[in-house]
Amino acid sequence: MNIIVVGLSHKTATVEIREKVAFSPNQIEKPLSELVKLEGIVEGVIVSTCNRVEIYATTRDIAGGISRIKRFMAEYHHLEFEALESHLYSYHAEAAIRHVFRVASSLDSMIVGEPQILGQIKTSYGYAAEYKSSGIILNRFLHKAFSVAKRVRTETKIASSAVSVAFAAVELAKKILGDLSDKTVMLIGAGEMCELAAKHFLNSGAKGVIVTNRTFERAQRLAEDFGGEAVRFEEFIENLHRADIILSSTGAPHCIIGPKDAEEAIKRRRFKPIFFIDIAVPRDIDPKVDKVENVYLFTVDHLQEIVQANLAQRGMEAEKAEEIIDQEIGQFHKWLSTLEVTPTIVALRNRFDEIRRTELDKTIAGWKDLPPDAGKRLEALTVAMMNKLLHAPSFVLKQSGQGGRVDLYVDALRQLFELEALQRDDEELELEE
Amino acid sequence: MTHLFFYLTVAVYGCATIAYLACLLRTSPVLTRWAGRILVVGFSTHLLSTIHLASRMKYLPLTNMQESLSFFSLAIIGSFVFFERRYKVTTLGSFIVPFALILLIASSSLHEVARQLPPILQSNWFWVHALLAFASYACFTIAAGVAVMYLIQRYFLKTKHLGALFLKLPSLDTMDEINYRCLTVGFPLLTIAIISGSIWSEQALGSYWVWDRKQTWSLIIWIIYAALLHGRLTIGWRGKRAAILSIIGFIVVLLTFLGMKHSIIW
Repeated sequence: MNIIVVGLSHKTATVEIREKVAFSPNQIEKPLSELVKLEGIVEGVIVSTCNRVEIYATTRDIAGGISRIKRFMAEYHHLEFEALESHLYSYHAEAAIRHVFRVASSLDSMIVGEPQILGQIKTSYGYAAEYKSSGIILNRFLHKAFSVAKRVRTETKIASSAVSVAFAAVELAKKILGDLSDKTVMLIGAGEMCELAAKHFLNSGAKGVIVTNRTFERAQRLAEDFGGEAVRFEEFIENLHRADIILSSTGAPHCIIGPKDAEEAIKRRRFKPIFFIDIAVPRDIDPKVDKVENVYLFTVDHLQEIVQANLAQRGMEAEKAEEIIDQEIGQFHKWLSTLEVTPTIVALRNRFDEIRRTELDKTIAGWKDLPPDAGKRLEALTVAMMNKLLHAPSFVLKQSGQGGRVDLYVDALRQLFELEALQRDDEELELEE
Repeated sequence: MTHLFFYLTVAVYGCATIAYLACLLRTSPVLTRWAGRILVVGFSTHLLSTIHLASRMKYLPLTNMQESLSFFSLAIIGSFVFFERRYKVTTLGSFIVPFALILLIASSSLHEVARQLPPILQSNWFWVHALLAFASYACFTIAAGVAVMYLIQRYFLKTKHLGALFLKLPSLDTMDEINYRCLTVGFPLLTIAIISGSIWSEQALGSYWVWDRKQTWSLIIWIIYAALLHGRLTIGWRGKRAAILSIIGFIVVLLTFLGMKHSIIW
């Protein structure tokens, strides 16, 4: 069984493309169930954040699985396959394991070391577990990824020196608005990222916070935390002009702020600049807003560049982190390769036993004057023969776990003896564990 | 002696220009400090040279193009030193100091012999007029310098080219603020300069306003900056629009200053 990864990230696609292939967490059940119904795909997890959309799956047929998932991503979002394909990357076997470990450890993040990605993968895994699209391998795989990420975080300084998107946003705000001490921040929607950014702004001296949310109670709670003011979601547009910095991260499927709104707000505040930060994918703020004079709109993509300068310093810590990942890949790969040995042996044994019983029953049924203990003797004879025949292959298979040829043997046995493919028969495997 | 001071000034400004341009390429507090120090030294020699010239000729060296260019350059550096102290905008120097150097070099190429002062200039109103006019021009030069920087920074922000120069340039807000400050200082100076100029004109020619080209264009400059200041104060113009208008104003100032000989003086 192989782990494959197909996806795109901030490194291969712009936010315009990422938002087109993003999977909304509210309707994640449908794509998950369609994913595991694809031919050859056994388990699947969908990770969809603002910086990446990735599908983790297990399959026997690597090439076929990857291409079917690529087509699935295009078809699900009604996109042209050729246009999308150039942005997609895919990994299998060890490279796939390494990729996911790196992503979880925030080594592949837009801002290396930022802490949110781990939580996002955990949530994505949670959905997959809830809708039963992940099975024994991905369960174990992702739990391993979480523990690797934890190790990287505690054993290297990657996270402590993390320059988050939030920090970048503050730096950028200073470049536009100068001193932040008399500036007001507006939070639209809630989310870890948004709250983090708001905290950074307050730490940098911002004067006040206005919070709005579809659920007003939530806005009130957040406003209380920040010592700010809550505004009803229906009224936030009328309050735009009061904010110098606007952070938006709602789950809205369409833009909630258009160029008209921005123009109106700018006029009402006598052309004092507004700094919009759009953290949401799909975007909350129409890109045309940036065309309005004295308005500066940045998406998470753009924020990357301002911290580019700080990245070099973290190179060393990143190297340490890669070493940790190297160690963990070895261990996990070993587990993965021996995973199928026992079930294959059991399946082979069952197959032999089934044949033995059928033939034995046929023989006994056709035997007219059967000696009293012949049944028992025949039973013993056939069992002994079967055990002897199976002994060598079982032994070799168990030993080959270390050698790495196990996939080959397992595949050969399954095809030669027409064994049932190991579809997500979790119960049996879980017993084995 | 005057020549010695003069060439020394050109040399020091040359060093300061190199230092300020280097500040654009490298981030180094030491370099920034030294650029400032060199410039202050240059400003001092320039000032000494001007005082020396004035004491030798017994009048302020503002009476011909050569003297005026040098004095303009002095006024620009003086106001830049002030704004750099106030707002910590080293990058402004990378734009302003080379410009002042060019003015100074241009002035040396026009070297004229000291001459007898025409009687028409022997009026206190003329000195007030000329001094204030150059002070206001210096303010407008700084305003145009930050306006150019503003437009560059705005371009970086709008196109999301957040490179090294972006990190170097001050915030939009700071530049807009400096632009505004320059206007609020420069505009009253210009107004008084025009008034004192017309009093002088009355003394010299018997009429407050003679509608010669210089006076007409001075009035146009005054109207441009009046409109800009009005727009800023009442409508809330700022940013790009204010920047473009102060650049246009400065171009007109420069053309008026360089391109039109004063019919009264020359």
